[in-house]
Amino acid sequence: MTDVPMVHADHIVKSYGTHEVLKDISVTVKRGEVACLIGPSGSGKSTFLRCINHLEAINGGRLSVDGDLIGYRQRGDKLYEMSPSEVSKQRADIGMVFQSFNLFPHMTVLENIIEAPTRVKGIKKADAVATAYELLERVGLAHKAKVYPAHLSGGQQQRIAIARALAMSPKLMLFDEPTSALDPELVGEVLDVMKGLAESGMTMIVVTHEIGFAREVGDSLFFMDGGVIVESGDPRDVLNNPKHQRTQSFLSKVL
Amino acid sequence: MDPATEPIKAVKLRHPIRTALAVVILLLVVLFVWDAATREAYQWPLVGQYLLDRRISQAALITLALTIFAMVLAIVMGLLLAVMRLSDNPVLKAVSWAYLWLFRGTPVYVQLVFWGLLGTIYRSVSVGVPFTDIEFFTVSPFEAIDLFWLAVLGLAFNEAAYMAEIVRGGILSVPRGQDEAARALGMSWRQTMLRIVVPQSMRVIIPPTGNEVISMLKTTSLVTALGFSLELYARTRAISAQIYATVPLLIVASIWYLLVTSILMVGQHYLEKYYGRGVAPQRAPETDPVETGSVATVAGTPETGDSNTVPPPKREHQ
Repeated sequence: MTDVPMVHADHIVKSYGTHEVLKDISVTVKRGEVACLIGPSGSGKSTFLRCINHLEAINGGRLSVDGDLIGYRQRGDKLYEMSPSEVSKQRADIGMVFQSFNLFPHMTVLENIIEAPTRVKGIKKADAVATAYELLERVGLAHKAKVYPAHLSGGQQQRIAIARALAMSPKLMLFDEPTSALDPELVGEVLDVMKGLAESGMTMIVVTHEIGFAREVGDSLFFMDGGVIVESGDPRDVLNNPKHQRTQSFLSKVL
Repeated sequence: MDPATEPIKAVKLRHPIRTALAVVILLLVVLFVWDAATREAYQWPLVGQYLLDRRISQAALITLALTIFAMVLAIVMGLLLAVMRLSDNPVLKAVSWAYLWLFRGTPVYVQLVFWGLLGTIYRSVSVGVPFTDIEFFTVSPFEAIDLFWLAVLGLAFNEAAYMAEIVRGGILSVPRGQDEAARALGMSWRQTMLRIVVPQSMRVIIPPTGNEVISMLKTTSLVTALGFSLELYARTRAISAQIYATVPLLIVASIWYLLVTSILMVGQHYLEKYYGRGVAPQRAPETDPVETGSVATVAGTPETGDSNTVPPPKREHQ
Protein backbone atom coordinates (compact mmCIF):
# COMPACT_ATOMS: atom_id res chain seq x y z
CA MET A 1 0.00 0.00 0.00
CA THR A 2 2.65 2.49 -0.96
CA ASP A 3 0.07 4.73 -2.57
CA VAL A 4 -1.28 5.66 0.87
CA PRO A 5 -0.02 9.19 1.52
CA MET A 6 2.26 9.62 4.53
CA VAL A 7 0.23 12.53 5.85
CA HIS A 8 -3.33 13.19 4.89
CA ALA A 9 -4.96 16.19 6.52
CA ASP A 10 -8.57 16.62 5.54
CA HIS A 11 -10.35 19.87 6.43
CA ILE A 12 -8.54 20.33 9.76
CA VAL A 13 -9.98 22.79 12.25
CA LYS A 14 -8.23 23.77 15.45
CA SER A 15 -9.43 26.39 17.89
CA TYR A 16 -8.56 27.60 21.34
CA GLY A 17 -11.85 28.58 22.89
CA THR A 18 -13.51 30.80 20.33
CA HIS A 19 -10.25 31.63 18.56
CA GLU A 20 -9.92 29.56 15.41
CA VAL A 21 -6.23 28.98 14.67
CA LEU A 22 -6.67 26.53 11.82
CA LYS A 23 -9.61 26.90 9.48
CA ASP A 24 -10.16 24.07 7.06
CA ILE A 25 -6.59 22.95 6.33
CA SER A 26 -6.18 20.18 3.77
CA VAL A 27 -2.71 18.90 3.05
CA THR A 28 -1.42 15.70 1.52
CA VAL A 29 2.21 14.70 1.79
CA LYS A 30 3.36 11.67 -0.14
CA ARG A 31 5.93 9.15 0.99
CA GLY A 32 9.47 10.47 0.62
CA GLU A 33 8.28 13.98 -0.05
CA VAL A 34 9.63 17.14 1.55
CA ALA A 35 6.81 19.58 2.24
CA CYS A 36 7.63 23.11 3.36
CA LEU A 37 5.23 25.32 5.26
CA ILE A 38 5.87 29.04 5.12
CA GLY A 39 3.92 32.03 6.26
CA PRO A 40 3.92 34.92 8.71
CA SER A 41 4.06 34.19 12.44
CA GLY A 42 0.67 33.46 13.91
CA SER A 43 -0.50 31.97 10.63
CA GLY A 44 -1.01 28.57 12.30
CA LYS A 45 1.80 26.65 10.61
CA SER A 46 3.42 25.51 13.87
CA THR A 47 0.04 24.61 15.31
CA PHE A 48 -0.69 22.49 12.28
CA LEU A 49 2.64 20.71 12.67
CA ARG A 50 1.90 19.99 16.33
CA CYS A 51 -1.46 18.54 15.39
CA ILE A 52 0.27 15.93 13.24
CA ASN A 53 1.78 14.20 16.29
CA HIS A 54 -1.17 15.09 18.50
CA LEU A 55 0.70 17.53 20.72
CA GLU A 56 -2.40 19.53 19.91
CA ALA A 57 -5.76 17.84 19.44
CA ILE A 58 -7.74 18.87 16.40
CA ASN A 59 -11.35 20.02 16.71
CA GLY A 60 -12.50 19.14 13.25
CA GLY A 61 -11.58 17.21 10.13
CA ARG A 62 -9.56 14.04 9.84
CA LEU A 63 -5.80 13.67 10.13
CA SER A 64 -4.02 10.47 9.31
CA VAL A 65 -0.39 9.45 9.16
CA ASP A 66 0.49 6.43 7.04
CA GLY A 67 -3.19 5.60 6.77
CA ASP A 68 -3.89 5.66 10.51
CA LEU A 69 -6.00 8.36 12.15
CA ILE A 70 -3.99 10.34 14.70
CA GLY A 71 -5.35 10.50 18.24
CA TYR A 72 -8.65 8.84 17.39
CA ARG A 73 -10.00 5.52 16.32
CA GLN A 74 -12.93 5.23 14.00
CA ARG A 75 -15.55 2.51 14.31
CA GLY A 76 -18.47 2.94 11.97
CA ASP A 77 -18.93 6.68 11.84
CA LYS A 78 -18.09 7.15 15.51
CA LEU A 79 -14.75 8.52 16.68
CA TYR A 80 -13.20 7.27 19.91
CA GLU A 81 -10.43 9.10 21.74
CA MET A 82 -7.25 7.06 21.98
CA SER A 83 -5.68 6.24 25.33
CA PRO A 84 -2.44 8.06 26.22
CA SER A 85 -0.40 4.90 25.62
CA GLU A 86 -1.83 4.50 22.11
CA VAL A 87 -1.04 8.14 21.36
CA SER A 88 2.50 7.62 22.64
CA LYS A 89 2.88 4.64 20.33
CA GLN A 90 1.86 6.79 17.36
CA ARG A 91 4.25 9.55 18.37
CA ALA A 92 7.14 7.12 18.59
CA ASP A 93 6.98 6.77 14.80
CA ILE A 94 6.92 10.50 14.14
CA GLY A 95 10.11 12.46 14.79
CA MET A 96 9.92 16.08 15.78
CA VAL A 97 12.56 18.79 15.88
CA PHE A 98 11.81 21.97 17.77
CA GLN A 99 12.81 25.57 17.30
CA SER A 100 14.43 25.63 20.76
CA PHE A 101 16.12 22.19 20.36
CA ASN A 102 14.73 20.93 23.70
CA LEU A 103 17.63 18.59 24.38
CA PHE A 104 17.51 17.14 27.88
CA PRO A 105 20.11 19.26 29.71
CA HIS A 106 20.72 16.75 32.51
CA MET A 107 21.81 14.04 30.07
CA THR A 108 24.85 13.78 27.87
CA VAL A 109 24.44 13.82 24.11
CA LEU A 110 24.60 10.03 24.00
CA GLU A 111 22.08 9.64 26.83
CA ASN A 112 19.77 12.07 25.03
CA ILE A 113 19.82 9.92 21.93
CA ILE A 114 19.42 6.48 23.53
CA GLU A 115 16.79 7.52 26.10
CA ALA A 116 13.69 6.97 23.97
CA PRO A 117 14.92 3.94 21.96
CA THR A 118 15.77 2.03 25.16
CA ARG A 119 12.82 3.17 27.30
CA VAL A 120 10.07 3.39 24.70
CA LYS A 121 11.06 0.78 22.15
CA GLY A 122 12.91 -1.51 24.55
CA ILE A 123 15.99 -1.68 22.36
CA LYS A 124 19.06 -3.15 24.09
CA LYS A 125 21.39 -0.49 25.37
CA ALA A 126 24.41 -1.72 23.39
CA ASP A 127 22.42 -1.66 20.16
CA ALA A 128 21.00 1.78 20.92
CA VAL A 129 24.51 3.11 21.60
CA ALA A 130 25.79 1.67 18.32
CA THR A 131 22.92 3.31 16.42
CA ALA A 132 23.50 6.55 18.30
CA TYR A 133 27.13 6.67 17.18
CA GLU A 134 26.10 6.02 13.58
CA LEU A 135 23.65 8.90 13.77
CA LEU A 136 26.18 11.17 15.46
CA GLU A 137 28.59 10.35 12.65
CA ARG A 138 25.89 11.29 10.19
CA VAL A 139 25.38 14.73 11.77
CA GLY A 140 29.14 15.16 12.16
CA LEU A 141 29.25 15.17 15.95
CA ALA A 142 30.50 11.72 17.00
CA HIS A 143 33.20 13.35 19.13
CA LYS A 144 30.58 15.10 21.26
CA ALA A 145 28.85 11.97 22.55
CA LYS A 146 29.92 12.38 26.17
CA VAL A 147 29.31 16.13 26.38
CA TYR A 148 26.35 17.84 28.02
CA PRO A 149 24.16 19.95 25.70
CA ALA A 150 25.07 23.19 27.49
CA HIS A 151 28.58 22.86 26.09
CA LEU A 152 27.37 22.84 22.49
CA SER A 153 26.57 25.66 20.11
CA GLY A 154 23.00 26.11 18.93
CA GLY A 155 23.77 24.52 15.59
CA GLN A 156 25.37 21.51 17.24
CA GLN A 157 22.44 21.16 19.63
CA GLN A 158 19.97 21.18 16.77
CA ARG A 159 21.96 18.53 14.90
CA ILE A 160 21.91 16.39 18.06
CA ALA A 161 18.17 16.96 18.32
CA ILE A 162 17.79 15.68 14.76
CA ALA A 163 19.91 12.62 15.61
CA ARG A 164 17.77 12.03 18.70
CA ALA A 165 14.59 12.07 16.64
CA LEU A 166 16.13 9.78 14.00
CA ALA A 167 17.14 7.26 16.67
CA MET A 168 13.50 6.20 16.88
CA SER A 169 13.60 5.33 13.15
CA PRO A 170 10.57 7.49 12.42
CA LYS A 171 8.63 7.22 9.19
CA LEU A 172 8.00 10.96 9.21
CA MET A 173 10.00 13.93 10.46
CA LEU A 174 8.44 17.21 11.55
CA PHE A 175 10.61 20.31 11.75
CA ASP A 176 9.23 23.31 13.63
CA GLU A 177 11.33 26.29 12.53
CA PRO A 178 14.53 24.36 13.17
CA THR A 179 16.88 27.24 12.33
CA SER A 180 14.93 30.21 13.68
CA ALA A 181 16.73 30.25 17.05
CA LEU A 182 20.19 30.01 15.50
CA ASP A 183 22.85 32.59 14.85
CA PRO A 184 23.01 33.20 11.09
CA GLU A 185 26.40 31.50 10.70
CA LEU A 186 25.07 28.30 12.31
CA VAL A 187 22.04 27.91 10.06
CA GLY A 188 23.96 26.26 7.23
CA GLU A 189 25.19 23.25 9.19
CA VAL A 190 21.63 22.36 10.26
CA LEU A 191 20.21 22.83 6.78
CA ASP A 192 23.00 20.60 5.42
CA VAL A 193 21.94 17.80 7.75
CA MET A 194 18.32 18.25 6.73
CA LYS A 195 19.26 18.22 3.06
CA GLY A 196 21.11 14.93 3.56
CA LEU A 197 18.08 13.53 5.30
CA ALA A 198 15.81 14.58 2.46
CA GLU A 199 18.14 12.94 -0.05
CA SER A 200 18.00 9.69 1.92
CA GLY A 201 14.27 9.57 1.20
CA MET A 202 12.84 10.65 4.54
CA THR A 203 9.37 12.15 4.45
CA MET A 204 9.64 15.59 5.99
CA ILE A 205 7.33 18.46 6.85
CA VAL A 206 9.30 21.60 7.49
CA VAL A 207 7.96 24.83 8.94
CA THR A 208 10.60 27.33 7.96
CA HIS A 209 11.56 30.84 7.07
CA GLU A 210 14.44 29.56 4.93
CA ILE A 211 13.06 30.27 1.49
CA GLY A 212 16.28 29.05 -0.11
CA PHE A 213 15.91 25.65 1.56
CA ALA A 214 12.28 25.40 0.44
CA ARG A 215 13.26 26.22 -3.12
CA GLU A 216 16.19 23.81 -3.24
CA VAL A 217 14.98 20.83 -1.23
CA GLY A 218 11.19 21.13 -1.07
CA ASP A 219 8.94 18.97 -3.23
CA SER A 220 5.89 20.97 -2.29
CA LEU A 221 5.27 24.30 -0.65
CA PHE A 222 2.32 25.54 1.34
CA PHE A 223 1.89 29.21 2.13
CA MET A 224 -0.30 29.72 5.18
CA ASP A 225 -1.86 32.89 6.50
CA GLY A 226 -4.62 33.44 9.02
CA GLY A 227 -5.18 29.73 9.57
CA VAL A 228 -5.76 28.84 5.95
CA ILE A 229 -3.56 27.62 3.13
CA VAL A 230 -3.48 30.53 0.75
CA GLU A 231 -1.40 28.96 -1.97
CA SER A 232 0.41 25.68 -2.56
CA GLY A 233 2.24 23.80 -5.23
CA ASP A 234 5.74 23.22 -6.52
CA PRO A 235 8.09 25.49 -4.51
CA ARG A 236 9.76 26.87 -7.62
CA ASP A 237 6.40 27.85 -9.14
CA VAL A 238 4.98 29.37 -5.98
CA LEU A 239 8.14 31.26 -5.12
CA ASN A 240 8.80 32.53 -8.61
CA ASN A 241 5.22 33.29 -9.64
CA PRO A 242 3.07 33.72 -6.57
CA LYS A 243 -0.52 33.98 -7.74
CA HIS A 244 -2.09 35.28 -4.61
CA GLN A 245 -1.59 38.84 -3.49
CA ARG A 246 -0.89 37.81 0.15
CA THR A 247 1.80 35.40 -0.98
CA GLN A 248 3.34 38.11 -3.10
CA SER A 249 3.49 40.61 -0.26
CA PHE A 250 4.89 38.01 2.18
CA LEU A 251 7.58 36.89 -0.24
CA SER A 252 8.54 40.45 -1.08
CA LYS A 253 9.30 40.95 2.61
CA VAL A 254 11.34 37.80 3.24
CA LEU A 255 13.22 37.45 -0.03
CA MET B 1 58.65 48.92 29.49
CA ASP B 2 55.41 49.87 27.86
CA PRO B 3 53.25 51.42 30.62
CA ALA B 4 50.18 49.72 29.17
CA THR B 5 51.46 46.22 29.86
CA GLU B 6 53.02 46.98 33.24
CA PRO B 7 50.96 45.72 36.21
CA ILE B 8 49.49 48.58 38.21
CA LYS B 9 51.13 49.38 41.52
CA ALA B 10 48.86 51.69 43.44
CA VAL B 11 48.20 52.53 47.08
CA LYS B 12 45.15 50.52 48.16
CA LEU B 13 42.05 52.49 49.02
CA ARG B 14 41.59 52.57 52.77
CA HIS B 15 38.29 51.80 54.52
CA PRO B 16 38.55 53.46 57.95
CA ILE B 17 34.90 52.89 58.90
CA ARG B 18 35.11 49.19 58.08
CA THR B 19 38.20 48.81 60.19
CA ALA B 20 36.69 50.67 63.11
CA LEU B 21 33.50 48.62 62.93
CA ALA B 22 35.47 45.38 62.90
CA VAL B 23 37.45 46.44 65.95
CA VAL B 24 34.31 47.38 67.88
CA ILE B 25 32.53 44.12 67.03
CA LEU B 26 35.58 42.04 67.84
CA LEU B 27 35.85 43.78 71.17
CA LEU B 28 32.19 43.11 71.98
CA VAL B 29 32.57 39.45 71.05
CA VAL B 30 35.64 39.04 73.21
CA LEU B 31 33.86 40.70 76.09
CA PHE B 32 30.85 38.46 75.71
CA VAL B 33 32.89 35.29 75.44
CA TRP B 34 35.03 36.25 78.43
CA ASP B 35 31.93 37.01 80.44
CA ALA B 36 30.21 33.81 79.40
CA ALA B 37 33.25 31.71 80.15
CA THR B 38 33.49 33.02 83.67
CA ARG B 39 29.79 33.30 84.49
CA GLU B 40 28.59 30.83 87.10
CA ALA B 41 25.09 30.39 85.64
CA TYR B 42 26.38 28.63 82.54
CA GLN B 43 27.96 25.89 84.68
CA TRP B 44 30.49 24.95 82.05
CA PRO B 45 31.81 21.93 83.97
CA LEU B 46 28.32 20.42 83.72
CA VAL B 47 28.23 21.16 79.99
CA GLY B 48 31.47 19.25 79.60
CA GLN B 49 30.19 16.42 81.72
CA TYR B 50 26.91 15.92 79.85
CA LEU B 51 28.01 16.79 76.31
CA LEU B 52 29.19 13.26 75.65
CA ASP B 53 26.71 11.58 77.96
CA ARG B 54 25.47 8.37 76.35
CA ARG B 55 21.85 9.16 77.00
CA ILE B 56 22.19 12.44 75.16
CA SER B 57 24.16 11.17 72.19
CA GLN B 58 21.57 8.41 71.82
CA ALA B 59 18.80 10.98 71.97
CA ALA B 60 20.59 12.95 69.25
CA LEU B 61 20.64 9.80 67.15
CA ILE B 62 16.91 9.34 67.70
CA THR B 63 16.34 12.97 66.71
CA LEU B 64 18.31 12.40 63.54
CA ALA B 65 16.32 9.24 62.83
CA LEU B 66 13.03 11.10 63.37
CA THR B 67 14.23 13.82 60.99
CA ILE B 68 15.32 11.44 58.27
CA PHE B 69 12.29 9.12 58.38
CA ALA B 70 9.86 12.04 58.56
CA MET B 71 11.59 13.87 55.71
CA VAL B 72 11.77 10.83 53.43
CA LEU B 73 8.08 10.17 53.95
CA ALA B 74 7.28 13.87 53.54
CA ILE B 75 9.21 14.07 50.27
CA VAL B 76 7.42 11.03 48.84
CA MET B 77 4.05 12.38 49.95
CA GLY B 78 4.94 15.87 48.74
CA LEU B 79 5.90 14.54 45.34
CA LEU B 80 2.61 12.67 45.16
CA LEU B 81 0.60 15.71 46.25
CA ALA B 82 2.42 17.95 43.76
CA VAL B 83 1.82 15.56 40.89
CA MET B 84 -1.85 15.26 41.93
CA ARG B 85 -2.13 19.04 41.99
CA LEU B 86 -0.67 19.30 38.49
CA SER B 87 -2.65 16.42 36.99
CA ASP B 88 -5.66 16.83 34.72
CA ASN B 89 -7.82 14.89 37.12
CA PRO B 90 -10.05 17.39 38.98
CA VAL B 91 -10.68 14.96 41.84
CA LEU B 92 -6.97 14.51 42.57
CA LYS B 93 -6.47 18.25 42.25
CA ALA B 94 -9.15 18.97 44.83
CA VAL B 95 -7.84 16.35 47.25
CA SER B 96 -4.33 17.79 47.05
CA TRP B 97 -5.63 21.32 47.55
CA ALA B 98 -7.69 20.31 50.59
CA TYR B 99 -4.74 18.50 52.12
CA LEU B 100 -2.55 21.57 51.81
CA TRP B 101 -5.29 23.79 53.18
CA LEU B 102 -5.70 21.62 56.25
CA PHE B 103 -2.09 20.86 57.11
CA ARG B 104 -0.65 24.27 56.30
CA GLY B 105 -3.49 26.04 58.01
CA THR B 106 -2.99 24.50 61.44
CA PRO B 107 0.08 24.69 63.71
CA VAL B 108 2.27 21.62 63.73
CA TYR B 109 2.15 21.55 67.53
CA VAL B 110 -1.64 21.28 67.48
CA GLN B 111 -1.41 18.55 64.84
CA LEU B 112 1.04 16.61 66.97
CA VAL B 113 -1.27 16.80 69.99
CA PHE B 114 -4.02 15.44 67.77
CA TRP B 115 -1.80 12.56 66.64
CA GLY B 116 -1.18 11.76 70.31
CA LEU B 117 -4.91 11.66 70.93
CA LEU B 118 -5.81 9.54 67.92
CA GLY B 119 -5.59 6.43 70.08
CA THR B 120 -8.28 7.80 72.37
CA ILE B 121 -10.43 9.22 69.59
CA TYR B 122 -10.36 6.02 67.53
CA ARG B 123 -10.26 3.38 70.23
CA SER B 124 -11.54 0.83 67.82
CA VAL B 125 -12.41 0.83 64.17
CA SER B 126 -14.96 -1.64 62.86
CA VAL B 127 -15.16 -2.68 59.26
CA GLY B 128 -18.61 -3.75 58.16
CA VAL B 129 -21.67 -2.69 56.22
CA PRO B 130 -22.83 0.79 57.31
CA PHE B 131 -26.26 1.13 58.98
CA THR B 132 -26.46 -2.61 59.67
CA ASP B 133 -25.14 -4.88 62.38
CA ILE B 134 -22.91 -6.75 60.00
CA GLU B 135 -19.31 -6.43 61.09
CA PHE B 136 -16.30 -8.10 59.54
CA PHE B 137 -13.59 -7.19 62.04
CA THR B 138 -12.61 -4.61 64.62
CA VAL B 139 -9.13 -3.18 65.17
CA SER B 140 -7.50 -0.64 67.42
CA PRO B 141 -5.32 1.02 64.83
CA PHE B 142 -3.29 3.37 67.01
CA GLU B 143 -2.69 1.09 69.94
CA ALA B 144 -0.16 -0.97 68.06
CA ILE B 145 1.82 1.94 66.64
CA ASP B 146 5.00 2.78 68.46
CA LEU B 147 5.18 6.40 69.62
CA PHE B 148 8.32 6.88 67.53
CA TRP B 149 6.47 6.03 64.33
CA LEU B 150 3.49 8.09 65.37
CA ALA B 151 5.88 11.03 65.75
CA VAL B 152 7.32 10.30 62.30
CA LEU B 153 3.82 10.26 60.82
CA GLY B 154 2.82 13.45 62.61
CA LEU B 155 5.89 15.32 61.42
CA ALA B 156 5.72 13.90 57.89
CA PHE B 157 2.04 14.70 57.34
CA ASN B 158 2.66 18.31 58.24
CA GLU B 159 5.85 18.59 56.26
CA ALA B 160 4.33 16.93 53.17
CA ALA B 161 2.15 20.00 52.65
CA TYR B 162 5.21 22.24 52.44
CA MET B 163 7.17 19.76 50.35
CA ALA B 164 4.26 19.59 47.91
CA GLU B 165 4.59 23.30 47.21
CA ILE B 166 8.36 23.05 46.85
CA VAL B 167 8.07 20.13 44.44
CA ARG B 168 5.31 21.84 42.48
CA GLY B 169 7.47 24.92 42.08
CA GLY B 170 10.33 22.72 40.91
CA ILE B 171 8.22 20.88 38.36
CA LEU B 172 6.80 24.13 37.02
CA SER B 173 10.34 25.49 36.65
CA VAL B 174 11.15 22.90 33.97
CA PRO B 175 10.49 24.46 30.55
CA ARG B 176 7.43 23.13 28.71
CA GLY B 177 9.60 22.22 25.76
CA GLN B 178 11.21 19.44 27.80
CA ASP B 179 7.87 17.80 28.40
CA GLU B 180 6.91 18.22 24.73
CA ALA B 181 10.20 16.82 23.47
CA ALA B 182 9.80 13.75 25.66
CA ARG B 183 6.21 13.16 24.59
CA ALA B 184 7.09 13.72 20.94
CA LEU B 185 9.60 10.88 21.34
CA GLY B 186 6.75 8.62 22.44
CA MET B 187 7.56 8.62 26.14
CA SER B 188 4.63 8.05 28.45
CA TRP B 189 3.53 10.57 31.06
CA ARG B 190 5.21 8.51 33.75
CA GLN B 191 8.48 8.18 31.87
CA THR B 192 8.43 11.88 31.05
CA MET B 193 7.92 12.75 34.71
CA LEU B 194 10.42 10.31 36.17
CA ARG B 195 13.18 10.59 33.58
CA ILE B 196 12.91 14.12 32.26
CA VAL B 197 10.90 16.51 34.42
CA VAL B 198 11.59 15.41 37.99
CA PRO B 199 15.39 15.07 37.61
CA GLN B 200 15.55 18.57 36.17
CA SER B 201 13.30 19.99 38.85
CA MET B 202 15.67 18.61 41.52
CA ARG B 203 18.01 21.53 40.98
CA VAL B 204 15.24 23.86 42.08
CA ILE B 205 13.80 21.51 44.71
CA ILE B 206 16.95 20.64 46.65
CA PRO B 207 18.02 23.98 48.14
CA PRO B 208 14.65 24.68 49.82
CA THR B 209 14.38 21.00 50.79
CA GLY B 210 17.71 21.31 52.57
CA ASN B 211 16.23 24.14 54.56
CA GLU B 212 13.21 21.99 55.32
CA VAL B 213 15.44 19.18 56.61
CA ILE B 214 17.18 21.54 58.98
CA SER B 215 13.86 23.01 60.01
CA MET B 216 12.53 19.48 60.55
CA LEU B 217 15.48 18.65 62.77
CA LYS B 218 14.42 21.46 65.04
CA THR B 219 10.70 20.71 64.79
CA THR B 220 11.37 17.25 66.22
CA SER B 221 11.72 19.00 69.57
CA LEU B 222 7.93 19.43 69.51
CA VAL B 223 7.05 15.75 69.45
CA THR B 224 6.70 15.69 73.23
CA ALA B 225 3.26 17.03 72.29
CA LEU B 226 2.21 13.50 71.39
CA GLY B 227 4.03 11.89 74.27
CA PHE B 228 7.31 10.84 72.70
CA SER B 229 10.16 11.78 75.00
CA LEU B 230 13.29 10.03 73.76
CA GLU B 231 14.52 12.72 71.35
CA LEU B 232 17.22 15.23 72.12
CA TYR B 233 15.25 18.10 73.60
CA ALA B 234 12.95 16.06 75.81
CA ARG B 235 15.88 13.97 77.00
CA THR B 236 18.01 16.98 77.99
CA ARG B 237 15.00 18.53 79.72
CA ALA B 238 14.46 15.34 81.66
CA ILE B 239 18.08 15.22 82.76
CA SER B 240 18.10 18.88 83.72
CA ALA B 241 15.03 18.28 85.87
CA GLN B 242 16.87 15.47 87.68
CA ILE B 243 19.97 17.49 88.44
CA TYR B 244 18.31 20.88 88.82
CA ALA B 245 20.40 22.51 86.11
CA THR B 246 18.60 23.99 83.14
CA VAL B 247 21.09 26.20 81.35
CA PRO B 248 24.02 23.81 80.88
CA LEU B 249 21.79 21.14 79.36
CA LEU B 250 20.20 23.64 77.01
CA ILE B 251 23.72 24.43 75.86
CA VAL B 252 24.42 20.72 75.43
CA ALA B 253 21.26 20.33 73.35
CA SER B 254 22.15 23.36 71.23
CA ILE B 255 25.63 22.05 70.54
CA TRP B 256 24.19 18.74 69.35
CA TYR B 257 21.59 20.45 67.17
CA LEU B 258 24.32 22.59 65.64
CA LEU B 259 26.51 19.58 65.03
CA VAL B 260 23.78 17.63 63.23
CA THR B 261 22.72 20.70 61.24
CA SER B 262 26.30 21.19 60.07
CA ILE B 263 26.53 17.59 58.92
CA LEU B 264 23.25 17.95 57.02
CA MET B 265 24.50 21.12 55.34
CA VAL B 266 27.53 19.28 53.99
CA GLY B 267 25.25 16.59 52.54
CA GLN B 268 23.07 19.25 50.95
CA HIS B 269 26.09 20.80 49.28
CA TYR B 270 27.01 17.57 47.53
CA LEU B 271 23.43 16.85 46.46
CA GLU B 272 23.15 20.30 44.92
CA LYS B 273 26.37 19.74 43.04
CA TYR B 274 25.13 16.40 41.69
CA TYR B 275 21.81 17.71 40.42
CA GLY B 276 23.39 20.84 38.98
CA ARG B 277 25.23 18.76 36.39
CA GLY B 278 24.76 19.73 32.80
CA VAL B 279 23.20 23.02 33.80
CA ALA B 280 26.04 25.24 34.92
CA PRO B 281 28.76 24.27 32.49
CA GLN B 282 32.01 23.57 34.26
CA ARG B 283 34.02 24.79 31.32
CA ALA B 284 33.38 25.52 27.72
CA PRO B 285 35.25 22.88 25.74
CA GLU B 286 37.59 24.22 23.13
CA THR B 287 35.86 24.91 19.91
CA ASP B 288 36.96 22.80 17.03
CA PRO B 289 38.18 25.01 14.28
CA VAL B 290 37.72 22.23 11.76
CA GLU B 291 34.28 20.98 12.36
CA THR B 292 32.02 19.60 9.69
CA GLY B 293 34.19 21.01 7.04
CA SER B 294 31.40 23.32 6.01
CA VAL B 295 30.94 26.09 8.50
CA ALA B 296 33.46 27.10 11.12
CA THR B 297 31.36 27.12 14.24
CA VAL B 298 32.00 29.18 17.28
CA ALA B 299 30.46 27.43 20.24
CA GLY B 300 28.44 29.95 22.14
CA THR B 301 29.12 28.30 25.44
CA PRO B 302 29.53 30.45 28.50
CA GLU B 303 32.88 30.31 30.20
CA THR B 304 32.05 29.95 33.83
CA GLY B 305 33.00 27.73 36.72
CA ASP B 306 35.93 25.43 37.21
CA SER B 307 37.46 23.00 34.78
CA ASN B 308 38.39 19.33 34.56
CA THR B 309 35.00 17.65 34.25
CA VAL B 310 34.72 17.66 30.51
CA PRO B 311 37.31 15.68 28.60
CA PRO B 312 39.01 17.77 25.94
CA PRO B 313 37.33 17.10 22.62
CA LYS B 314 39.18 15.09 20.07
CA ARG B 315 40.12 16.93 16.95
CA GLU B 316 38.37 15.54 14.01
CA HIS B 317 39.36 16.25 10.46
CA GLN B 318 37.05 15.38 7.67
